[in-house]
Amino acid sequence: MHRYMFSRKSLGIPYALFLVLFVMAPLLVLVYFAFTNGQGEFTLQNLTGFFTDPNTLGTLCYSFGIAAVTTGVCLLLAYPAAYILATSRLKAKSVIVLLFIMPMWINFSLRITALKEILTWLEGSLAYHPFLNTVLGMSYDFLPFMILPIYTTISKLDGALLEAARDLGAGELQAFLKVTLPLSLPGILSGVSMVFLPAMTNYVVLDMLYNSTYIMGSLIGSYFAAYNWHGGSMIALLLLGIVCLFTFMTRGIEEENTRGGALL
Amino acid sequence: MEHMTNIIELKHITKTYEDGFSAVSDFNLEVKKGEFVTFLGPSGCGKTTTLRMIAGFDLPTEGEILLNGKPITELPPNKRPINTVFQRYALFPHMNIYENIAFGLRQKRTPENVIVKKVKKVLELVDLEGFEKRSIDTLSGGQQQRVAIARAVVNEPQILLLDEPLGALDLKMRKEMQLELKEMHKELGITFIYVTHDQEEALTMSDKIVVMAEGKMQQIGTPEDIYNEPANAFVADFIGDSNIFNGIMTGKLKARFCGGEFACVDDVEEGTHITAVVRPEDVILSAPDKGRIRGIVSSVIFKGMHYEITVESGKNEIVAQSVHSAAVGQHVGVHVDPDNIHIMIAEDHTNIFAAEINKNNELEYNGTVLDIPLTSIIKGSREEDGSLFDAAGSEIDRKKIRIKISIRPQDIELTDDQEEGLVQGYISNLIYKGDHYSYVIHTDLEQDFVVDDEYLWNMDDQVGLLMPVEKMVFTVKK
Repeated sequence: MHRYMFSRKSLGIPYALFLVLFVMAPLLVLVYFAFTNGQGEFTLQNLTGFFTDPNTLGTLCYSFGIAAVTTGVCLLLAYPAAYILATSRLKAKSVIVLLFIMPMWINFSLRITALKEILTWLEGSLAYHPFLNTVLGMSYDFLPFMILPIYTTISKLDGALLEAARDLGAGELQAFLKVTLPLSLPGILSGVSMVFLPAMTNYVVLDMLYNSTYIMGSLIGSYFAAYNWHGGSMIALLLLGIVCLFTFMTRGIEEENTRGGALL
Repeated sequence: MEHMTNIIELKHITKTYEDGFSAVSDFNLEVKKGEFVTFLGPSGCGKTTTLRMIAGFDLPTEGEILLNGKPITELPPNKRPINTVFQRYALFPHMNIYENIAFGLRQKRTPENVIVKKVKKVLELVDLEGFEKRSIDTLSGGQQQRVAIARAVVNEPQILLLDEPLGALDLKMRKEMQLELKEMHKELGITFIYVTHDQEEALTMSDKIVVMAEGKMQQIGTPEDIYNEPANAFVADFIGDSNIFNGIMTGKLKARFCGGEFACVDDVEEGTHITAVVRPEDVILSAPDKGRIRGIVSSVIFKGMHYEITVESGKNEIVAQSVHSAAVGQHVGVHVDPDNIHIMIAEDHTNIFAAEINKNNELEYNGTVLDIPLTSIIKGSREEDGSLFDAAGSEIDRKKIRIKISIRPQDIELTDDQEEGLVQGYISNLIYKGDHYSYVIHTDLEQDFVVDDEYLWNMDDQVGLLMPVEKMVFTVKK
């Protein structure tokens, strides 16, 4: 007699349910809405509409611009910081790393509000430099997401590899360029994917900094607010496509660098 | 004869870390061009640190390193014509084999067509022809090791440093690589400096062995020298199996140790305290009355090529190797040819003897209980219901634990009242040392104790030895 019908497999049921209800089903709904019109008929109009409407394309370009510059700024700030932290012999290293990460634990609207006040005081009015302000806000917000994976990959780098490079005649700069930098690539990619994509959609930062230009996130929001489920779903699907593409590309590089310790 | 010059010289090299730990102290070494020199020692002896200072990864706190007579002490590693084979290979995981090997050549801006030829040639040398395009993680440990060697030797360094390069390989692979490295050394004519803790590896491969312990050089010499004429008890113990006895010279070419008098070939002044080293393969077992000393076989272990036989004689233990077996409990005679007794002048006269743990978990020597609780000797141990427990909480078997006591000669006092002493014996030797006499007391337990005393006693006086517990140093052996 089996008194207990409960097996190890049963433990997976809640997760499977969750997956079906909150991941698979919404995704299917999303795909359904993206490829149908108001009458429930199959159509590609949402797709073609997106790529033919100068407004949506403009938003895409602007989002890309914001995201690219934000990612660039984050990378430029994060890499040296992560490198110095990971290679230093400081005993209080983990405390400093914590200091970099701590802003993540403070509510981000609070932080952006504080930034808004500072920028207003510095610039007089936020209206003069909306793009700059947005980039600053987002960089401030996303910096920890860039530092952490880079810090992890550099910390895990085998010191013997650098010694080997030096031993084989490379100066400090050459050793960095030929060994540290390529081997920290998985961390960089992981950081980029954690900054670039959110930066394309996080319109709350724009709203709070009085930047009225649309980015992808605000665009989706506006479609949904106007009860245009179909157009909004298509844009969401397109963004999902970009994420998948990016992850796929990153995988390829990470497989080459099996030693990388990136977060993603 | 070929003119031999020193390619590298280490002068008074000392490396002290910030926390005061001295990894290497006053290390001096001269290496001739083309030699195969091995640093041999247990882990933590400073051998790798010394190698790293030659490579340039660590800077010595004191001393000088000369390459071809020119100081290179502070030169960064990339400026030294020295290459290293790392312990765990340190191959670049993001480069294929060709790029790994070409790394050093590219730093020197070698033209690509030359690189192609050199890489091909060095891959032939390490038996990996055609592996250029392979990635590192498709290689076995042995193959990775070959690539690491190729990557270093392709730069034609003046010195090749090898930091336990075979440590991660299995035994069979290691034996193969030992021979190949030796071949490569002959073929390339490069000076090799090799670091290992494996004495057999060192003996097999080296022209010269530097035995190190606790940051100091213990002995330098050819493998034969090191094996046959160890400079001190540490070297004797570390290289091969050895029986090491404390003893004394009792006459010209005569030494007494292990409770017997042996003829020897080392001419050491009479009365000198010595350490005698006898290799187990040189111990000859015979009929009880035919040997120098008598003993009882206490264990016999079959080792494939021979039997390892342990003989107990009085309080001494002698390990012998023999192709003939023996029975446990058998009475035997022990003999050693004079040639095979290696006599070293004992610098340190500290008396070392073993104590026993009795049923009540007290430390006992010669039937006397020593006034010190075992719990204070065995770190972290505690006593409960008459049993001893170690720091981890498991019970300690008193039969499996040996406690050695060491006490310096000046801490022992002699007494007329024999029963008062911890152990009794007669004075078998005395030397006047200027301000005190140094006595050797042969105890009833067949052990020689060295005692420094300012009062004059006579030869053959029966005495007791007073040893204060607080002057004893205890070491626990499992």
